[in-house]
Order: sequence, then structure tokens, then C-alpha cells
Amino acid sequence: MADTLLTIEGLTVSVEGKQILNGVDLAVGRGEVHAIMGPNGSGKSTLANALMGHPRYQVTGGTVRFKGEDILALSPDKRAQRGLFLAFQYPMSIPGVTMVNFLRQAMKAVRGEDVPVREFREKLFATMKLLKMDQEFARRYVNEGFSGGEKKRAEILQMGILDPDLAIMDETDSGLDIDALRTVAEGVNALTTPKLGVVLITHYQRLLNYIKPQFVHILYQGRIIESGGPELALQLEAEGYDPVIEKYAPALVAATGEKA
Amino acid sequence: MVAKITPEIAKQDGYKFGFNDNDRATYKYRTEKGLSEAVVREISSVKGEPQWMTDFRVKSYHHFLERPMPTGFWGGNIQNYELDFDDIYYFARASDRAEQDWSDVPEYIKDTFDKLGIPEAEKKSLIAGVGAQYDSEVVYHSIREDLEKLGVIFVDTDSAVRDYPEIVRQYFGTIVPPADNKFAALNSAVWSGGSFVYVPAGVKVDIPLQAYFRINKENMGQFERTLIIAEEGSYVHYVEGCTAPSYSSNALHSAVVEIIVKKGARVRYTTIQNWSTNVFNLVTKRAAAYEDAVMEWVDGNLGSRLTMKYPSVFLMGPHAHGEVLSLAMASDGQHQDAGAKMVHVAPDTTSTIISKSVSRGSGRTSYRGALKVHAGAARSKATVRCDALLIDQQSRSDTYPLMEVEEEQVNIGHEASVSRVGEEQLFYLQSRGLSEVDATKLIVNGFVEPIVKELPMEYAVELNRLIELQMEGAVG
Repeated sequence: MADTLLTIEGLTVSVEGKQILNGVDLAVGRGEVHAIMGPNGSGKSTLANALMGHPRYQVTGGTVRFKGEDILALSPDKRAQRGLFLAFQYPMSIPGVTMVNFLRQAMKAVRGEDVPVREFREKLFATMKLLKMDQEFARRYVNEGFSGGEKKRAEILQMGILDPDLAIMDETDSGLDIDALRTVAEGVNALTTPKLGVVLITHYQRLLNYIKPQFVHILYQGRIIESGGPELALQLEAEGYDPVIEKYAPALVAATGEKA
Repeated sequence: MVAKITPEIAKQDGYKFGFNDNDRATYKYRTEKGLSEAVVREISSVKGEPQWMTDFRVKSYHHFLERPMPTGFWGGNIQNYELDFDDIYYFARASDRAEQDWSDVPEYIKDTFDKLGIPEAEKKSLIAGVGAQYDSEVVYHSIREDLEKLGVIFVDTDSAVRDYPEIVRQYFGTIVPPADNKFAALNSAVWSGGSFVYVPAGVKVDIPLQAYFRINKENMGQFERTLIIAEEGSYVHYVEGCTAPSYSSNALHSAVVEIIVKKGARVRYTTIQNWSTNVFNLVTKRAAAYEDAVMEWVDGNLGSRLTMKYPSVFLMGPHAHGEVLSLAMASDGQHQDAGAKMVHVAPDTTSTIISKSVSRGSGRTSYRGALKVHAGAARSKATVRCDALLIDQQSRSDTYPLMEVEEEQVNIGHEASVSRVGEEQLFYLQSRGLSEVDATKLIVNGFVEPIVKELPMEYAVELNRLIELQMEGAVG
């Protein structure tokens, strides 16, 4: 791919001494939407956190190149400044800090220069409108007392304001009822541009009814065991994870020396 | 073990008020170093005080001698510090009187306060009146004309003893008697300067009165004495700021503040204490609130080596309300022992204490609070909330709440929390492009927000800036 945004090769990651990712390969280009699916404990969130540079997730091998640059040695803020974004599964609350203050600082930090107040406000209110958020929301403290749906919308709002090149969404659908899910998905679709690459991490297929991926990957025991098109997600929805896991079990046993 | 604070450490902390005027400071008068009855009498005589005040001072001095250092519950382990009462100048006079025209203030003192932004605030009419104290005495005092016409008095306490003796004598030492504690006795013996505020019944002072306290001389003691009387239905907001140069040896600040809030009146008293880290800050602040009165202390402690300060409200009349918002920040080598006392004497009284503390490096904060409900103070309601934030592994925070309740029909709530700046919070903010330092600053700013938002705008801005300065170099 000429315009490959993100290239992951042989990535292995440990958390507190326990290896979770056992060699992940993935390439994401601009304008592409990739879904990474897998059962609980397969390493989906580990992949998301390791890509963003969480200090507790130790990369023990492999490479991650983003826009041609090896980013593994960069701190999370530097990765964000390069255009990487992670929508958190469990966003943290920051008591006493208003959304508007936080977003302005974040926008300034990612751009590396001051943002004129007017420009910031226009962008903020336009994005909030897109996500059907009341303006009052900007005055609330970051994630403090937000409902599950509000938290997820606030993550997408941040994505809209920071305008990344690659957005990783970690279980953005979890904890949402169908209406909230639709609003969030519509927001993501509205923010999608030809320059943006998206990695959707999800356990369930239902999010993919609203955000259509061109590529679907199945992560199992720290490896991508199968990749395909949207039909793969539908197959999972119909049959569950068991058939595909069974299909790959012999290969896994061969690779790890233990039964899956 | 006591960490020694050097001017270098103070400088590393980005303390911007660490300059001094020693090259130019000339004192018109100064007592010899150390404390004796002769020194106490000398201070009174130099000031030309009436006999009752001289007697009050001498009596207080003897009480100070008899009284042991505070130990046990009320105290930030002052006995662990080498505070030598004989190594302090108790009185120094830089100017002959409190000027009312800024241009009459001696040039070197004017420069100091210019650097601190005092005349600016007055020019911009951010304040209704201003007092500026340099070492022992107030060098400048002014009040807006319209307020003066309404009968509002805002002068230095020395002038008040001279010009309003009947009011001063009626209230002086009634809220904080000399025998209250060792440092109240010391202040009562050697007090000098401070503000005297009198607000007549029904008068509402719309913008704050401001006082600025500056210690300039090494080994200097500052013992200002402030007395505020708010008559029925009146309102006043008094704001004070405190700074000192960074010396290697210690200075002592030991003030007494007495406030009388009469029926239906409201007083708010805001302090932003940013002493340099060689100052012992041992202050007694107390208010009496009568029927339907409201007394609010907003107390910000950022500087000093050791602060021991527990603003108190005695709720003397039905439906009186007391409030303390306390903010303490302790960096390397500092100990902020701050808190509040609420004493419910009358029925249907209410009180709220909100304490927020931030410790970083080897800094230590303690919340020390007392809540007393007397028999008969039925249906009283008290809320205490203390939150401590620790920046790194070695910082420390303790909570010492004391409760004494003699009445059954009361409603008391106490909540306390200690949190450390979390890895997950930092990661979240960093993932949005903020550096670790900026992320920490944002978390701290958010933590103190409930207190900061109570400050006048320009103080809020200044406080946020000071906090950011303290946080620089805290991480990374």
C-alpha cells in the first residue's frame, strides 16, 4: 500500500510480566476502516493501549511505524501530536477541569501552537452539534458524572476536535443502548474523512451495522488468526467465535506448544 | 529531622517574590534583637500608646513567658524546628506614618509594592481600599471616598488605637484573648500594624478591601493585628496577600485576626499566603458570628516553612453560618498544618469546612480540625470535607479531626479522601497531547478549582499561576 498509515509487525506486548500479544501484524491505510474482533481476553485492549504508549504495557518485540516513523520510543503525548488518537473504553474523569478548558489545552498541545479562541469555539460548537450535544456539556467537568453514553460521545467529540490521522476506538460500543450507539456511530461516520484511518476494537458485531469496515480481523490469544472483509463479521455474528478458533487451534498449538 | 531551606531551594521553586530591599532599606527605628519586657514597653512607648494598651502588652508578655510551646493535638510539631525567639527583631519602623498618598511612600518601599502589583490593583479599581504593611508598620493606607462618607473605616490598627479608641477598646482582645495560646500572647505583647475595619449597619462594601503584608528584613518578626467589626446587616470582603524575601535564616509571622459579625451581617476574609520557605507562619484567626450572620474564611496557604493556622468561627446566635474553605500546598521541606474550628453555641447554626491539600516532593500537609457543638445548640448542622492530593510517592498528608458534641439533635457529616495523581489519569491526558507536567498541572488545577472559584478574579488567576510555578519540575 502506497499510503500506509500504520504498520505493525510482529508486535509482542507484556503486562506485569505476562505476555499478552504474541506477534501482531496489521497494516492500516488512510480512508480505511479496520475492525478488530475477538473474545474477551484475546488482547484487544492491550493492542489499543500499547499503540498509544501506556506505560504499563511493555512492548517486548516487533515494530510499529506510524506515517513512516517508528513511534515505540515516543511518549503518549508525542504520539498524539503525530496524529494518533485513542477513544478509551473507560475514559478517566478529571474533577474540576471543564471540558472546554481541557479541549482547548488538548487542541493547543496537539497542534503545537495556540489556537485562536474564535476558531476553537467554532470548531467545538460545530462538532458538538454534529454529536447532538448540548452546549452546556462543555461547561461540565471532564467525564465527571457522565452517563455511559455521554462518556463515549465525549470521546468522539475529542476525536473531532483533535482531528487525528488514525483513530483507535476501544470498545466504543460497550455500555451503550441502541439509541446512544446510533448517535455515536453517526458522529464517527460524519467525522470520517479520506485522510483518516480507523481501527475499531469490538467484541460484538452490532457496531459494524452502523460503521462499515472494509477489513475485519479476528484477534485470538494475542494473534490475528483470520482477516477478511465485512462478511467475516457477519459469520461471527451467526456462528460465534468457536468455529474459527477450532479451525486455527492446530496452528496455535504448533506455535505456542500448548493447547488452545 | 528537619530539612533546611536555603535560598537556592526557594529559587528553584520559582519563588518570584524573593527579592529584598536591604541595599536601600533604612529603618527610622528598630528595637534590639530579642524579646524582653523592656522591648515590649519600648514598642508601646514609641507608638505613643495609651496606658491600657501598654498594660495589655505587658500582661500578654508575661503570659507568653509562662505558656509552653504548643504540643500534642494543636501543633505542627513546632518543637522540632529551631525557632529561636531571641534571634528575631520584634519591631522595625521604616516610615513615620501610614501615608495616604502613594507618592509620599519612601521610594524603595514603593518599588517593592510596585513589583507586587499593589498600586496597579488600586488604579484599576479592583479594590475599595488598600493597606500595605512593610515589616512592622503599615506604610500606606487609602479607602475610596464614597465608602468613607458612608462611615466605613479602614485604617491600620495603630492609627485606630489613636483615632477610634472607644471602638478599639470595646472589641480588642475579646475574640482572641492573650491567654488563648502562646502565639496569641506573643502577638498581643508585640503587635504592630494590621488592619482595622469598621462597617456601619446596613452598609455593603461592594468590592474587596485589600491588605498586603511584606516581611523584608532577615530575622524579622511580623505581628500584625487585625480587627474587623461588621455592624448589623452589613457586608465586607477583606483580602490579604503575604510575601517575604528568601533568606537562609528564619523569619516569624504571627498575626492575630479578630472579627465580629453582628446580626444579619456577612464577612468574607480571604488570604493568599505565599511567604518564602523560611517563614514560620503561626497565626490565630477567629470570628464570632451572631444571629443570622455569615462568616466565611477563604484561606490559601502556598508558602512558608511551617504554617499552623486554623481559622475559627464561634456561632453565637441562632441561624448563624460559618464557612472555611482551606487550600494548602506543600512542596519540598514545607509543612502546611492547616484546618479550621467551628464552635456551635446557639441553636439552628450551620457550618461547612472544605479543605483541599496538595503535597509534592517531601512536602507535608495536615488537616487539623475541631468541631464543637455545645449543649443547647439544637438542630445544628455541620459538614466537614477534606480532600488530599499527593503528587508523588514520598509526599505525605494526614487528617486530624476532633469532634466534641454535647447536643443530641444535630446533623454532622464528615468525609475525607486521599488520592494520588493516578497513572491512568496521566495517561488519559497525555493521550490528548499534554506533556506529563502539563497533565499534572491540569489535575492539580482541577482539584483546587472549588476553592479557586471563590476568589476574586485577579486572585484566582494569580493563584493558578502560583500553583503552576510550584508544579514546574515536580515531575519528569
